[in-house]
Amino acid sequence: TPLWADGLGLGRVALPEEIAAWDLDVSPDGTGLPPGSGDVWTGEEIFAEKCAVCHGDFAEGVGNWPKLAGGRGTLDREDPLKTVGSYWPYLSTGWDYINRSMPFGAAQTLEPDEVYAILAYILYSNDLVDEDFTLSQENFTSVSMPNAQGFFVDDRLTSEQYFWTTEPCMQDCKETVEITMRARVLDVTPEETAASEAGTASAA
Amino acid sequence: MSDKADKFVPSRRQFLAGAAAAGAGAAATGAAQAAGQADPLITEVQDWASGLGDGVDATPYGLPIRFEQDVVRRNVEWLTADTISSINFTPIHALDGTITPQGCAFERHHSGAIELAKEDYRLMINGLVDRPLVFSYADLERFPRENRVYFCECAANSGMEWAGAQLNGAQFTHGMIHNMEYSGVSLRSLLEEAGLAAAGDFKDKWVYVEGADASSNGRSIPLEKALDDVLVAFKANGEALRKEHGYPVRLVVPGWEGNMWIKWLRRIEVTDGPVESREETSKYTDTMEDGSARKWTWEMDAKSVITSPSPQAPITHGTGPLVITGLAWSGRGAITGVDVSKDGGKTWAEARLAAPGTDKALTRFYLDTDWDGSEMLLQARARDSSGYVQPTKTQLREVRGLNSIYHNNAIQTWWVKADGEAENVEVS
Repeated sequence: TPLWADGLGLGRVALPEEIAAWDLDVSPDGTGLPPGSGDVWTGEEIFAEKCAVCHGDFAEGVGNWPKLAGGRGTLDREDPLKTVGSYWPYLSTGWDYINRSMPFGAAQTLEPDEVYAILAYILYSNDLVDEDFTLSQENFTSVSMPNAQGFFVDDRLTSEQYFWTTEPCMQDCKETVEITMRARVLDVTPEETAASEAGTASAA
Repeated sequence: MSDKADKFVPSRRQFLAGAAAAGAGAAATGAAQAAGQADPLITEVQDWASGLGDGVDATPYGLPIRFEQDVVRRNVEWLTADTISSINFTPIHALDGTITPQGCAFERHHSGAIELAKEDYRLMINGLVDRPLVFSYADLERFPRENRVYFCECAANSGMEWAGAQLNGAQFTHGMIHNMEYSGVSLRSLLEEAGLAAAGDFKDKWVYVEGADASSNGRSIPLEKALDDVLVAFKANGEALRKEHGYPVRLVVPGWEGNMWIKWLRRIEVTDGPVESREETSKYTDTMEDGSARKWTWEMDAKSVITSPSPQAPITHGTGPLVITGLAWSGRGAITGVDVSKDGGKTWAEARLAAPGTDKALTRFYLDTDWDGSEMLLQARARDSSGYVQPTKTQLREVRGLNSIYHNNAIQTWWVKADGEAENVEVS
């Protein structure tokens, strides 16, 4: 049957206001951005109030929480620091994610202008804009992200082609085998405990 | 209750020591019986052979017997900032067969496991469709249904092992995986219901899928895959999805990284291009040695692991017959064979598949062997129907370096010592 057949007649037509409530995603070309704007200093205030407890006053991260700034030039190092400034290819992702999923534990509580302002502050924290910068729907796509060209589409079928072509060795595959690393030396595995409610419930 | 429970909660080392002692005891009992001493478990009438067990009303929905309470999900605290956006691990070292019991099947959430009732559930299809639609849960149950078994493997499974041998147990190194029989409807049938004439040429179109939770976990999937084998599932292993696995509805994306298996699925949007959401830019992109990164690494390549013996499943029965067993799987097709090495990859023997491999699902393998008590460096190597042979970690590192985080499908080595204990190691 053709894909544009009439179907089974299940479901109902979604109303425009329902689509508007749920379809919030913003694409790299800016599609989906609502009208609005916010500047760095407004963003700093909001960030201090709603974000800094986890992400630090300067977006540098607290404890194990994500660092949003810094790390430029570290991607080819042993322990790369991947942040909005050093790694993220598109600014749209920042707007989309903050708007839909942050703050952690109180998502979808920010107004569009607040999201613009917070993102302006994150850009400033990454030394990507000046302190008097205002981010808006109009100038959004003119902001260039340092790692915009840093990604390429999965190339395993070519770059790892020999994993398909090798006839696997079965006998005399190598002369010697040495142990080069041991997990027990590192000793970071949790002790095994079974203190689950499920376990105790059935034991009781 | 907790006092009683604590008695059943040995530390790992106590557990291992206890298991070893029990093994030795069993061997000694066997020897005593050979010398003519009768086993009191046989010669004396036991309580369970005389008194009564539980009535049929005791357990309307049962849990495993208390002796099995170490077969549970575990987490590793230092891996994540908190336990809400975090991971836990399936106890694959203690399971057999291929179907993962839902109650101990791993969890990965980005803003916790939410509670969403069927009555409150809505699924929207919008974007480049002829009619944007809203479905209730009851609507979904009226579409033609399919049943399929697939593995769901987190893209980060074995990710902590990129830099070296870190976590000591198959549960921790390979346990971000489960394998269930899903019942649901094809995503294709739902998209057909909305009509795809508006999408024009399918080749360059995508769907953006997202969950009802705060994280949303939005991902972009090529329309071609969406129309191929993706399921909108509401049952797993015969019953409703567990809350933590997306109740009442999740996406099943056969062979592809677990992050794309959107839980609490609430919206499917047909789009002109990928959204390049947080979960496909900041996360689930694979950094290479030169600092560039692969994106859209969707397929999970062929992989295997020996689940027993393993660090959490030591040999406790002494020398003689030994069952070496494990799991193999591939996101590119069916497992066609598994080779097992006992000497760190110098020589290999073909293992026995418990059943022929099926498309993008776990396959159980066995190698029945005779252990002479000497040390072993155990490895398994999977092969799949695309002709792919599971690589060593060295081979993967040559292409990718150490910072990929995701998609580590390298051959795992367990060092089994003369006392039967096993350790996660790397070998030359």
